[in-house]
Amino acid sequence: MEAMIYLIPATIFMGVVGLGAFLWTLRSGQYEDLEGAAERILIDDEADAPPLRSSRGDS
Amino acid sequence: MTTAAATPLATRLADSGPSRADPAPFVRLDARGRARLELSVKGAKCAACIAKIERGLLAVPGVEDARLNLGAQRLTVTWRGAAASAASLIDVVERLGFAATPFDPEKSQRAIDAEGRRLLWQMVVAGFGAMNVMMFSVPIWAGGELGAGTRTGFYWISALIAIPCALYAGQPFFASAWRALRKGRANMDVPISIGVLLTLAVSISETALGGAHAYFDGVVMLLFLLLIGRWLDHSLRERARTAAKDLLALQSTNATRLRSDGATERVAARDVAVGDVLLLAAGERVAVDGVVLEGASEVDRALVTGESAPVAARVGDTLHAGVVNLTRPLRLRATAMADTSLIADLARLIEAGEQRRGAHVRLADKAAALYVPIVHTLAFLTFAAWMLVPDASWRVALMNAAAVLIVTCPCALGLAAPAVQVVATGRLFKRGVLVKSGDALERLARIDTVVLDKTGTLTLGRPRLVGAVDEAALAAAAQLARVSRHPLSRALVEAAGPGAPAAQAREIPGCGVEGEIAGAPARLGRRTFVDPQSAETEGGETELWFARAGAAPVRFVFADAVRPDAAATVAALRARGLAVELLSGDRPDAVEAAARAVGIDIAAAARTPAQKIEHLEALRAQGRRVLMVGDGLNDAAALAAADASASPAAAVDATQAAADVVLQGEELGALVELIDVARSARARVLENFAFAAVYNAVAVPAAALGFVTPFFAALAMAGSSLAVTLNALRLSGRGHRGKV
Repeated sequence: MEAMIYLIPATIFMGVVGLGAFLWTLRSGQYEDLEGAAERILIDDEADAPPLRSSRGDS
Repeated sequence: MTTAAATPLATRLADSGPSRADPAPFVRLDARGRARLELSVKGAKCAACIAKIERGLLAVPGVEDARLNLGAQRLTVTWRGAAASAASLIDVVERLGFAATPFDPEKSQRAIDAEGRRLLWQMVVAGFGAMNVMMFSVPIWAGGELGAGTRTGFYWISALIAIPCALYAGQPFFASAWRALRKGRANMDVPISIGVLLTLAVSISETALGGAHAYFDGVVMLLFLLLIGRWLDHSLRERARTAAKDLLALQSTNATRLRSDGATERVAARDVAVGDVLLLAAGERVAVDGVVLEGASEVDRALVTGESAPVAARVGDTLHAGVVNLTRPLRLRATAMADTSLIADLARLIEAGEQRRGAHVRLADKAAALYVPIVHTLAFLTFAAWMLVPDASWRVALMNAAAVLIVTCPCALGLAAPAVQVVATGRLFKRGVLVKSGDALERLARIDTVVLDKTGTLTLGRPRLVGAVDEAALAAAAQLARVSRHPLSRALVEAAGPGAPAAQAREIPGCGVEGEIAGAPARLGRRTFVDPQSAETEGGETELWFARAGAAPVRFVFADAVRPDAAATVAALRARGLAVELLSGDRPDAVEAAARAVGIDIAAAARTPAQKIEHLEALRAQGRRVLMVGDGLNDAAALAAADASASPAAAVDATQAAADVVLQGEELGALVELIDVARSARARVLENFAFAAVYNAVAVPAAALGFVTPFFAALAMAGSSLAVTLNALRLSGRGHRGKV
């Protein structure tokens, strides 16, 4: 039972980290264009094409 | 209405060129000297489109960034220096095959949807709280070797997580309940707030007294599930609101004003004063109502009157805002300001119609109206009854009253409608039907009459060559037609197929085209132009005449082509028990021909926008529920006045803004699927409410009698919400395919 003294704070800490991580993804606009993100993965990198830059978080 | 908003029509009728407003006013400069332009892009669908557009723009010197938001169909371009300009960048996108329209910088900034963001955060925090409190609840439910001291300790930790989470995540409910109470009313949020606060208080006091039951898990889970429903509902409404706002932003219009010193300047439509002299290039749209001062041309009034054939405009004629000039530049004197123009009148009619539509009471609100008093009464009765039980303390009475409040399943009720609507709109979206709001589906489900507009809705909205023609004459006439942008010329070229233009052909505005074919002079155009001895044909069919020197004139007849699946759609709608009518601003003979072609018996022609509304009002007075489908500006007000409305994607933006539903693609058959999905969505929502009622019939007596332990409350709450959501998901599945 003594283990709980460490385990309980540890679990709560991990929960808070998870919450923080999710809120960060939310703030940085990663859900702004879900459809586009799904399609973008199909774009081939072409050596001679100008790189596609991301303006994420810029708006 | 603006040149900017006219893109669909402009691309339909004429090449862009002068039809576009000068995009320079839409450019924003940021602090680092970079120029930024936001464009609405139509037609981008996949990875290839993204790559094509973004790479195409990045290849332009000076462009630093180009990002296409596929979901919002919005393109943001950032560049530096003079090598690129707003107009040249739009050209790049249009050359790639996508219609691009600049956004008004002030209006385009994505409204920071503060409320939606807050709801999302609250939902996330409640979710976090629910999961973490559950970690301590599960061992308590499991019982076993857990001592009373450990249990109380676990409850205190739960309280530590649950209280801040509940106070933060519960804010929308507390605020709304407080607002309602201050006005002396009770809404759904009142029992929720009382339930949450009461249960928290009872749980804390139970924990302090070392009691066996505390509902910290239940409280946070209740809030989490409720917030999911709230957030879904909010997102649906927000989508409708943004759609309307985007279209408003597109309406920023420019006009070319002739200054007294002879120079011209581009001004916003709202800055045009009565008496200003405006230049109107061929292909441009009239920004404010005006009278022709100089010039002769032909104009397309399809969007204002529904008339499909071009009409001559001569000196002294009045042109309403929204009319497109087709062949020759005109000089106009403004007779109205932008906000008194015909377009603004239509906008007011639309607004009036939408306000009336606001009277629609959503199913969820009807359910809430029943729910609130019942729950309050039950909770109070529970408390009162337990107080009368001799050996029960007020603690037990309060605990059981709280259990009633928390177990009465407001979450299933809150999820019942939004979950179904999200699934239904998602399914329709995949089929190219954009539903702008959740309550539109509710209204659509109860429709019994469909009223269709003719031009652009039942038909494709552009003339097509009909009747028997002499192939040789057609091929020859097409040579002349190739030099003209007139819609009839284009229809002729389309029928003749590819070929060479005639030598030395020139277009004479208001008359036709003149040139040489195989060395002989030839003319194509109005009858009086081709054959000066003839009389002008009055009314009747849309026609072009063609004559070569020494040969008899040949006549070509045009008609607006009916959409290929129109007849099948009308039949399918009838099969679903709907009455179908045709309501058009076009000439009676054209309307009757179209009605016959698709099998509609009831057709009304030559109706002005106001008469269209009267017609709909008359139908409603008979107790009918009307779905109006139209594309023109002249339909916009009628769309807003109907119980529900739809417009094809080629419609003007103002019309799309007034419609509940936008149908992408050339097919009308999507209407049938729309009705089917709306009807099954309504059925699912009602099933969900029925389920919630049955659930409550079991849960409330159990809670009132004190049998509901925290474990049972949590299980019932999650279970009922899950059941409601799964029922909603049935809509997305197979077996609901629309049959046309």
